Amino acid sequence: MQPNLRILIVDANQVRAAIIEEGLREAGYDQLVRMTATTGLVAAIETHDPDVVVIDLEDPSRDALADMFLVSRHIRRPITMFVDQSDSASIEAAVEAGVSAYIVDGLKKERMQPILQTCISRFNAFRRLREELDEARSQLEDRRTIDQAKRIVMRLKGLSEDEAYALMRRTAMNEKRKLVDIARSLITAAEMLK
Amino acid sequence: MTTLHLRVGFMPLVDCALLVLAKDEGFAEAEGLNLELVREVSWSNLRDKLNVRLFDAAHMLGPAAIAATLGIGGVRAPMAAPLALNRDGAAITLSLPCFEELSRLAEGDLSDTAVSARALAAMVARRRASGLPALTFAAVFGFSTHIYLLGEWLAKSGLVLGEDVRCEVVPPPQTAEALAGGRIDGFCAGAPWNSAAVAAGVGAMVHAGVDLRRGCHDKILAWRADDVLRRPAAVTKLGVAILKASAWACRPENFARMAQHLSAPDRLALPTALIERILQGDLIQGAGRPARRIAPFVRFDREALRPEPDDADWVLSGMQRAGQIAVTSEIREIARGVFLPASFEGISAAEGR
Repeated sequence: MQPNLRILIVDANQVRAAIIEEGLREAGYDQLVRMTATTGLVAAIETHDPDVVVIDLEDPSRDALADMFLVSRHIRRPITMFVDQSDSASIEAAVEAGVSAYIVDGLKKERMQPILQTCISRFNAFRRLREELDEARSQLEDRRTIDQAKRIVMRLKGLSEDEAYALMRRTAMNEKRKLVDIARSLITAAEMLK
Repeated sequence: MTTLHLRVGFMPLVDCALLVLAKDEGFAEAEGLNLELVREVSWSNLRDKLNVRLFDAAHMLGPAAIAATLGIGGVRAPMAAPLALNRDGAAITLSLPCFEELSRLAEGDLSDTAVSARALAAMVARRRASGLPALTFAAVFGFSTHIYLLGEWLAKSGLVLGEDVRCEVVPPPQTAEALAGGRIDGFCAGAPWNSAAVAAGVGAMVHAGVDLRRGCHDKILAWRADDVLRRPAAVTKLGVAILKASAWACRPENFARMAQHLSAPDRLALPTALIERILQGDLIQGAGRPARRIAPFVRFDREALRPEPDDADWVLSGMQRAGQIAVTSEIREIARGVFLPASFEGISAAEGR
């Protein structure tokens, strides 16, 4: 197990930060600090004195982190972006996943690679989760819209539920449109004619 | 003509204007480009996403492109600039208490950078003598025009940025808040962030970049160096669209419309009036002083867009002063090679056709 590396996780998304933290714990790292604020990063680094900082690419304080040591001679331990120039695949994977890592100068890249890999896979897992959630949400939304339109057709045309649904499907097929689009048009029209 | 899709990243600054106009005024479309502009939150992201080709090209600080090409401060990612996107447009703003103290200490005309730098040195000495914490200035990126302008100003009275005055990097949209909260005492940034801090009533502009250096190098259109060679058609088309946008942007009757494009929620997301005043060269200064006229404040004219290898020399001297690099003739050669005047000539010729 990797002993005694202090890792600071900077991510405004609490859920993702928790997922990353869990991943790192499973990999045997236990000195973890999470922060969600995009300001006060310099102070946090002075307080926690981390060996590694993992940061979400969407966080604007990334530039501050990157250049802390370049512009300030007050920082005790210089921090640099972790780059393994010989491993362009992992550079790409990290940027595409949306994560970047910074290390205290001198930390060996062999010690850093597993941390970065864990973060990349957790970021990707989080994105997949969110995509699935979005899809499930929009499916649910579509079904609600279709149900609402179906009730309008039932009421206005005196049809049963099955008949109303069949009519909407037929219309969608004839017009080469999605059922949910037909449903939306029906709801809009019903609103207008109220 | 088949349409070519290009994804270009930018930071919310007035100097991204030519990219915004290339899209919003149809200059890119006329060249057969489907230009997708993506707003970013950091220069580091622009650099890294360009490097892994998530972006085809990017709005970039010239010094950041040189640093990436040399591989300092991150991934070694060789970049090249077939054209610049602006010159000038930077300014230095101080917190109101800091500006008041500077005014009191100034012996002579504060608008003279030598006078203001001496006043600053007196302020630093007074603070040191009375055991107060050092002043903290900010810029938007470690490798930036703004860090080197601050360094040049301080050097006029023998001060060293990062030693006598602390230096931090603060993202441009956070500068006014950092100034108001006392986290920083001053900053150097591009438009509209100086005017934004003055308008918010938290800062006073002490110098425009032109007081220190006229025609100052700033943002470029960066491509991966290998892509400039691999994709000449794309480079030329986008270049031509930008030259056409430049001619349009220089006509005062277009300023209002240009400000509207820039103020959109997915661009700068700031009041149109604030941006329009900057385009007109009408700069609010704060601390009860009248507005200052510098027209144009941000230069978008064709002459400003020519990438000059000599600009690399100025950047390298700034890097050296900041202790970021020890310049050798080999480094100088590589840095100068980021700027491609020959490509610019090719693009100009293509525009004429």
